[in-house]
Amino acid sequence: MMSSKTQNNNGCCAPARPPLTKEALTEMLPIYRESSVDEPCCGPPQGPASSPFEKPGYRLCDFIEGFTDTPAGSVPRVKTKLEIADLLGTIKIRLGINRSQYKVAPGLYSVGDVTPMSPVLVTANYKLTFDRLRMDLEGLQAWVLILDTRGVNVWCAAGKKTFSTAEVIHRVKQTRLQEVVSHRKLILPQLSATGVSGKQVKKGCGFKVAWGPVRTSDIKSFLKAGPKADKAIHRVTFSFLERLILVPVELSIMRKYLLWVFLTSFALSGIGPGIFSMGQAWSRGLIMIAACVVGIFSGAVAVPVLLPWIPGRAFAVKGVIAGLLMSAGMVLALGKAIGVMEAVALILFITAISSYLAMNFTGSTPYTSPSGVEKEMRKAIPFQLLVIILSIAAWIGAMFV
Amino acid sequence: MEKFRYLSNVTTLNLNQEACTGCGTCEIVCPHGVFEIKTHKAGIVDRDGCMECGACATNCPEEAITVDPGVGCAAYIIQTWIKGKGAASCGGADCC
Repeated sequence: MMSSKTQNNNGCCAPARPPLTKEALTEMLPIYRESSVDEPCCGPPQGPASSPFEKPGYRLCDFIEGFTDTPAGSVPRVKTKLEIADLLGTIKIRLGINRSQYKVAPGLYSVGDVTPMSPVLVTANYKLTFDRLRMDLEGLQAWVLILDTRGVNVWCAAGKKTFSTAEVIHRVKQTRLQEVVSHRKLILPQLSATGVSGKQVKKGCGFKVAWGPVRTSDIKSFLKAGPKADKAIHRVTFSFLERLILVPVELSIMRKYLLWVFLTSFALSGIGPGIFSMGQAWSRGLIMIAACVVGIFSGAVAVPVLLPWIPGRAFAVKGVIAGLLMSAGMVLALGKAIGVMEAVALILFITAISSYLAMNFTGSTPYTSPSGVEKEMRKAIPFQLLVIILSIAAWIGAMFV
Repeated sequence: MEKFRYLSNVTTLNLNQEACTGCGTCEIVCPHGVFEIKTHKAGIVDRDGCMECGACATNCPEEAITVDPGVGCAAYIIQTWIKGKGAASCGGADCC
């Protein structure tokens, strides 16, 4: 049968390669170095010997399981299973810790027992992207060409033009890809089309661009079906979980403002007929800080998570609706602890914060157009500023009436 | 994505159907299904679905599509108001 044979040639179902002999590995020098044979004679048990793939001046990455020899040099072979360290790294990044430093070295990698016929997948050097990709390549054979996108994901990098036509051409030439593979086709993630012109890549390095799926989880079906693949793999989604996972980063961006917000809350709350009261600053300041927390929760948690169910198209409007509901809840909960004017102040304050933060979330969605965001902002920002000023006036004014 | 709709009639997207050869690249690269090939020409079937990412314009071999692409991030747009379009920067430790 022709079809199954072709598949074999593609490397999809190639038989597992026999393990390399010591002689074969020694030929791979300077990549492979035989381990030391000296065993310590005394003292407590020693740690494991160095990996034979370690090289002076380099550090062997945890996600590398070996090296594939090619005419253009040896190419690291990556694991398709994530380890604890990878998962911990993912959690850190999702919490917004050191997000700009989470990257892998650009260049050519391989997955499985690759052959010169295996497909070439191109992606960004954000470690989160890289992990997701190699996990979804389990059981496949492919070359993975990693571009230097400064540790930024595919879509944002394409928007910033670091995932660009020039970078693809440069990386293909730098890795001497034409000597490694026998075909002339690159599979690029569809979302990189913002930064890469397929036509120009062909002109610049001779490789034809095929636009792969949006999500790595569709790569298997894409490789099987080719251009006939389901249209759904070429469309972005924004599911409940996809929105939920963005929340911690949204919140972490606010960390640096919190101290100032808290200090200002105490300062404004202490102003009264006796010029300034420390007792008041503390008791009313705490209420104002609680209002900040409610406003942040409304704009940066409730709106993103409940996005499609909150009425209104403009995000600032969605933020107002969520903010009004949340602030009403807070005022009811406080009951007689605050006066009417203070209640009005809190409702205005929370609503303005919620509206602004909800508007900020447009930058994290995959469907808002910059023209739309700018139009919305021109209308919303003066309104938000006015409401914040009114709320502070009411908050201070409540002490004088 | 049909349940997500942003503001209507704002996109800067433009298609010159006379220059179009119907190659279908725009239909593939658009993440929102804005284009469809009908009778050997591309047509805009969902204008308000456009988010101005610029993938279609970058990849149209006939340069039949124009769009003013940009970053739809409030912090970035505020920068363009204050510092002007050239000086505004996207990214950094606290950005996307």
